[in-house]
Amino acid sequence: MMLLTCPNCGARNVSEFRYVGESKSRPDPETTTPGEWRRYLYFHRNPAGWIKETWYHGSGCRRYFGIERNTVDNAQRAAADTAGATS
Amino acid sequence: MTRPATRRATGGENRLGARPGEVIDRSRTIEFRWNGVTHTAHPGDTIASALAAAGVRMFARSYKYHRPRGLLTADIFDPGAILQVGDEPNVRAAHRLVEPGMDVRSQNTWPSLRYDVKAVNQLAGRFLATGFYYKTFIKPERLWPTYEKVLRQFVHAGEVSPDSEQPYFDKRYAHPDVLVAGGGPAGLAAAIAAAKAGASVMLVEQEHQLGGHLRWGDADDLRLRDELVAAAEAAANIEILTDSVVAARYDDNWMAVVQRGLPHVAERLIKARAGTLVVAAGLIERPYVFAGNDLPGVMLSTGVRRLLNLYAVRPGRRAVVFTANPEGDAAAADLRAAGVDVVEVDARHGRTVVRATGRGGVEAVELSDGSRIECDLLVTAIGWTAPTSLLNMSGANPVYRPDAARFVPDPAATPDGVLAVGGIAGDGSRDELVVHATAAGTEAAARALALAASRPAIGGTAAPARDAVAVPQLGLRHHPELFFALPTGGFVDMSEDVSAKDILTAVKEGYDSSELVKRYTTATMGPAQGKLETVNTVALVAHATGKTIAETGATTWRPMYTPITLGALAGRKFEPVRHSPMQPWHEARKATPLIAGQWIRPEHYGDPAAEVRNVRAGVGIIDVTPIGKLDLQGPDVPKLLNLLYVNKWSKLGIGRVRYGVMCAEDGVVLDDGVTGRLAEFHYLMSTTSSGAGTVWEWAENWLQTEHPEWQVHVTPVTTAFASINVAGPRSRELLSRLTDVDLDNAAFGYMNVRTGTIAGVDNCVLWRIGFTGELSYELHVPASYGLHVWETLMSTGADLGIAPFGVEAQRILRLEKGHFIVGQDTDGLTKAYSAGLDRAVKLDKSDFVGKPELAWQAARGEHPKLVGLRPLDTSMVPEEASQIISDGGYIVGRITSSRMSPTLGHPICLGQVDAHLADPGTRLTVRLRNGSDTTVEVTAEHAHFDPEGERQRV
Repeated sequence: MMLLTCPNCGARNVSEFRYVGESKSRPDPETTTPGEWRRYLYFHRNPAGWIKETWYHGSGCRRYFGIERNTVDNAQRAAADTAGATS
Repeated sequence: MTRPATRRATGGENRLGARPGEVIDRSRTIEFRWNGVTHTAHPGDTIASALAAAGVRMFARSYKYHRPRGLLTADIFDPGAILQVGDEPNVRAAHRLVEPGMDVRSQNTWPSLRYDVKAVNQLAGRFLATGFYYKTFIKPERLWPTYEKVLRQFVHAGEVSPDSEQPYFDKRYAHPDVLVAGGGPAGLAAAIAAAKAGASVMLVEQEHQLGGHLRWGDADDLRLRDELVAAAEAAANIEILTDSVVAARYDDNWMAVVQRGLPHVAERLIKARAGTLVVAAGLIERPYVFAGNDLPGVMLSTGVRRLLNLYAVRPGRRAVVFTANPEGDAAAADLRAAGVDVVEVDARHGRTVVRATGRGGVEAVELSDGSRIECDLLVTAIGWTAPTSLLNMSGANPVYRPDAARFVPDPAATPDGVLAVGGIAGDGSRDELVVHATAAGTEAAARALALAASRPAIGGTAAPARDAVAVPQLGLRHHPELFFALPTGGFVDMSEDVSAKDILTAVKEGYDSSELVKRYTTATMGPAQGKLETVNTVALVAHATGKTIAETGATTWRPMYTPITLGALAGRKFEPVRHSPMQPWHEARKATPLIAGQWIRPEHYGDPAAEVRNVRAGVGIIDVTPIGKLDLQGPDVPKLLNLLYVNKWSKLGIGRVRYGVMCAEDGVVLDDGVTGRLAEFHYLMSTTSSGAGTVWEWAENWLQTEHPEWQVHVTPVTTAFASINVAGPRSRELLSRLTDVDLDNAAFGYMNVRTGTIAGVDNCVLWRIGFTGELSYELHVPASYGLHVWETLMSTGADLGIAPFGVEAQRILRLEKGHFIVGQDTDGLTKAYSAGLDRAVKLDKSDFVGKPELAWQAARGEHPKLVGLRPLDTSMVPEEASQIISDGGYIVGRITSSRMSPTLGHPICLGQVDAHLADPGTRLTVRLRNGSDTTVEVTAEHAHFDPEGERQRV
């Protein structure tokens, strides 16, 4: 089981976390179009490489946080400006 | 040989005098049974060593052909000694220690081990062709169950009785800095060095004693063993686990360690997170493939030395030792010292064994020079396999070195957190291996401690700079390449009965890679998991394809290192249940329990229809503790409510309660409940019972990721309160006897909240809401007083005819009122307008979760709708989930809820139907489960009873 690093708690078993998903910006609900909104809801880039993600430390401090993870080797680094998630 | 005619074996005929390294306690003798005959053993004996001491040579029948099999390796991987002990099947008899009274039997032999009828399979061998599962049992599919029944009669798998007592399997977590897999000289040295360098160490050894091959070595070996074991045992920060195995390594050094031999525990699974893994698995001796290589009496040199030197058992009287290395020579010397006649066949001088012959055991050996030697024991020492499983699981595939005739780990591909020491890493003298392991252990500790220092948080302080420990390189000793005799014969995989010919046939049929051959023939897939078979399989594939072994490559080693029980993986049963403080009362009244997620709650107390009538006519109380409750505090709570709920919350006054529905971003109904304002900045939100956790996380998500600037604090208080709904026209009368809150309708009207004292309990919350449609008060009282308040209500209301009601009565009551239940009347596609929430959704709010989707749903107006439905046939209730169909037979809706209404005396339903069928008065056809149809009519309102809601406002 891989470790994931929570900004509050440090490296913990990934089973303590819930995967929220790729970090995205929420479109402005006043001006959004169906195409844009559904890309926000359903589309994922799923790259082989670095990706900004949001995780929830549900079995720990219960913080939502952004992190960058390399999907090839699970290397991680802090997400400086993860959209849609405070870090 | 066993002596079936007598009830007691004479025993001990092969037991030698005391040996310096023996592990048995000769001062005591214990008895056990083998196929019904009583045998003796000394404490420390394995089942196999005790039987071998008694002269038993044949332990089992082989998997497919039911050939006689004896000891090969005399350790846990021995494919010939897998036996039934009591009601435990597949016991590794060369590993399991004898216990007094054990009932040991050979598996799946009939009528007896000696006269096995199914050995006829040997004659029928040509029908069990290579890949016969794939060739024989493919078609017709309908006969698969029959094939299975027949095959079951012919395979070894032991017996499990359904009446077997469920043993206790334990689980533990561990966080050693360094985990050492293997307690031989290298593992011991690495553990001692790592501990000395300040690391906490877990040292795991599969066998019952530490020391590895030193245990059966010479006096110097035993002295070194004693020194290393003493040092390891003296170190305070080394935890030593024997009879345990590192079964698997996963990401970031997450290891599955299975610990055996604990009192009252079958097995314990330790999930260990280590900083560094040191793999010290040693070398496993490789069998030689030749005709007759599976006869009882054909053994590996290490197996022979185990029997001789650990258990003082003479494995034969006249031995041929086929040797290609010093360890084989040592086995020959050990045998001679034990009084065995020995003939050495030295492969280094070009002589090889080509065939062993005999009935039921080795009687003679034929050599490559045409000579023939009579013997009852053939010992092979022709090479080694590095069991690199844990390294493979770390991503480091081994590479083949023909000069050493084995695969070796690739240090360049090994992750930083994994180190290899001992024979698996290379060859060297005893001292060289210890020096190497000591350096590697020190380095392992340094890496683990540096990793721990770097881990306080992401971007935390970098590990302090340090000098890497200089770990010397181990060389590789030259070893001749010996895998199989020519012409080919004998077995490659004795667990699975895969012959050398099977491998050649598989290649001929086009399965020309080792991975394909493995799957087609099942070679390496048996209990030894390739430890004995993989390299010989690869060598035969290489031979058949004309490639080199390096080009052919080994198959992938996967978890588990040693097969472990399903019980160890399943672990302890841990299924927490939740119930309210009133549960003892419900149980005492024999309430029928309802399992709702983790919650256990009363479904009814005997007659739900009577419970309904009592609520409509008098007063009833229901335990609604599982309702989710979130305490919301802060000046920005209204902003949060406006975001999460589809309706408006800005103007909710203090003391007021409002119903709200939440949707997800796709507009689908997520949860519903009421929220009340207790004070200026203090709200209490209720959620559905099953949604309590989800809504809490949901609220936190929006607060933390989208609106961290909002000042709101969310606290889950579901179980801090016991919740009781008091419902019925006489509920006010009842409650007025127990509370200081003014219950007058003018002072405390419908959809209001008050706090006060109930039955002497302070800090209770009362909200006046009406899920049942009657005058009702929902009480939230501090949980520890829940039972007190409940019992006080029951006794105080006795003269009012009070009765408890359960979840089923509540469902009927709410269905009579047409209230939908999220997840029952809605599903994963039901957006708010489909749930009849047209008036609740406020599209003029600037934002709320799911707003764009709901705006588009409203604009399109094509959505299915939730409607009340009344069956015309009043005698039956259409089953929930029955489809509503059009004249053409298309599905145009479904029944989502249905019950017989005790209040109205006829069946009532809620259902979702296509938009054009939702007008009141529309008649619809419902297809019932039995295929017949019935007609229902769309009602004007969802509510079948009191649609104006007058009863709850009184």
